Amino acid sequence: MNLRTSSLGEVLASSASEEVWTFVAPAIWNTLYMLAVTTVFTFILGTVLGIVLVVTDADGIKPLPVFNRALGTIVNVFRSFPSMILIILLLPLSRLVLHRTYGADACILALVGSCVPMLGRLVESSIHEVAKGKIEAAKAMGTGNRDIVAKVLLPEALPSLVRSYTVTTIAILGTTALAGSFGAGGLGDVAVRFGYNRFRTDVLIPTVVVLIAMVELIQIAGDAIARGISRRRYLV
Amino acid sequence: MGADPFVRIRGLEKTFRTRDGDVEVLKGIDLEVEAGDIFGVIGFSGAGKSTLLRCLNRLESPDAGRVEVGGVDVTALDKAALREARRRIGIIFQQFNLFDSGTVFDNVAFPMEVAGVPRRRIKERVEEILELVELSDKRRCHPAQLSGGQKQRVGIARALANEPELLLSDEATSALDPQTTYSILQLLKDINRRLGLTIILVTHELDVVRCACKHLAVIEGGRIVERGETRSVFANPKSATARQFIRIGEEFARDFSVQGGESI
Repeated sequence: MNLRTSSLGEVLASSASEEVWTFVAPAIWNTLYMLAVTTVFTFILGTVLGIVLVVTDADGIKPLPVFNRALGTIVNVFRSFPSMILIILLLPLSRLVLHRTYGADACILALVGSCVPMLGRLVESSIHEVAKGKIEAAKAMGTGNRDIVAKVLLPEALPSLVRSYTVTTIAILGTTALAGSFGAGGLGDVAVRFGYNRFRTDVLIPTVVVLIAMVELIQIAGDAIARGISRRRYLV
Repeated sequence: MGADPFVRIRGLEKTFRTRDGDVEVLKGIDLEVEAGDIFGVIGFSGAGKSTLLRCLNRLESPDAGRVEVGGVDVTALDKAALREARRRIGIIFQQFNLFDSGTVFDNVAFPMEVAGVPRRRIKERVEEILELVELSDKRRCHPAQLSGGQKQRVGIARALANEPELLLSDEATSALDPQTTYSILQLLKDINRRLGLTIILVTHELDVVRCACKHLAVIEGGRIVERGETRSVFANPKSATARQFIRIGEEFARDFSVQGGESI
C-alpha cells in the first residue's frame, strides 16, 4: 500500500495493522540484538583503541611516535571506507571466525570492525580534553601509567566519554540498516525490502518511526547520564 | 649554607627545543637548600624558575647537571625508583590540578592509593591531614564547590599525604587574592614548623618571599644572580634584578597609598 494508490489515512491505518507488525516487530528485536551486541564489543575495543592513541601520542604518557602514526593511519584508512564496502571487506573475517558470511552474527563482526575506528577517535579526543596539569600532578605523585589511565584520564573524561558513546551508539544503529543486505534482518532491512522495493509506504512509516524513537531514546539517555555525572561533580 | 644541604643542585642546564629554535632556560644553576628551610626562588616571567623547580621531581629532565634530594641523585633514577622518589616530594601548583571526578577525600587519598597504602591507614591519614589544613568539614565536597584558597589547601593536603620531606610550590599563590595568599603562606609556615618539612617556593611575587621564606635566590635569564638570607637581601640587594623587584614593589605600595587604596 502506498500514497499513489491509497489515501494517507488508509496508509496510516495499514501501518498500524497486525499484518504490518508481524514483520516489523521481529525486525525491532533483530535490530536491538545487533545494536546491543555490536555496542558492547565496539565500546570495549573502541575505548582500548582510543586509550592507546592518546597514551602513545608524541606528548602522551608513553610516547611511541612511530607506532602512533602507523596506528593512526590504519584507523584513518578504516574510517575512509564507505561502511557498506567495509562490511563486505570484513565478511571474510566473519567466515574465518564464525564460518558464515550472512545473518546477524556475521554482520555484527563486520559492524564492530566498521564502528571501532570511529569510537577510537572519539575516545581519543574526549581524553585529550583532560587538563595536562592533572596528568602532571598525577605523575609528580609517583603514579604509574596504568593508574594514570584508570584513575585520572578515564574518570576525568567520563562525561565527555559518555557523549562519545552516545554518538557511537546512534551511528551503530544507523549502520545496522546496512547489515540487512547480508541477511541480518532488522528495521533497516524491512524498510528497504518492503518499504522501498515493494512500495509499501505503510511498512516504511512504522520502521522509520521506530528508528526515530530509538535514536531519541539513546540521545536522551546519553545526555541524562553525562549531565548526571557532571552535576554530581558540581561542574554544571 | 650549612655543611649538609638537603637539596643540592649542581651545574643544572636545560634547553627547550621549540619550533622557533632552541631556548636555553637554565644555564648552569648551582643551589643548596638546607633541611627545614623555606626557600624562595624569585624571578620575572621566563626567568626559568618553574623549570628549575620541575627538575627537582623530574617533571622536566635536565640536559646536564645533578639534582640531589636527600642524598639521592634524582637525575640518575630509573622509572620505578623515580616513582618511589616522587612520592617523597610533594608539589602544589598555581592551577591546583585537583581531580574533579573525586571528592576532597578522594583527592587527598589518591597519592596513597597509588603508593599501595592500606585502606584503613589511608582513611586515618586523610582525616589527619584534612584537620591540619582545616578542611575536615569539606571532605565530601567536590573541588568545583570550593574557593581558590580551599582548593589550594586540598592541593597541600594531597601533597603531604605520603609524608614527604620536601614540598615544592610552583606559583601556588599566584591565582589567589592577597588575603588568601597570606593564609596559604601561614599554613605553609605552620607545616614547615610542625613537620620540619623543607619547602621550595617559586614565585614572581615579592611579598610571598618576604612573608614566608628564610632564604631566597633571585633567578634571571637562567642563572642565579643573587642568593642569601631573605632579610639581608631585602636590606642590601646586590643584583640589578633584586633591586628592580624591590623598587617595583615599593612603587606599587606608594601608588596604592597615594590613591588611598581605591583607584588602582
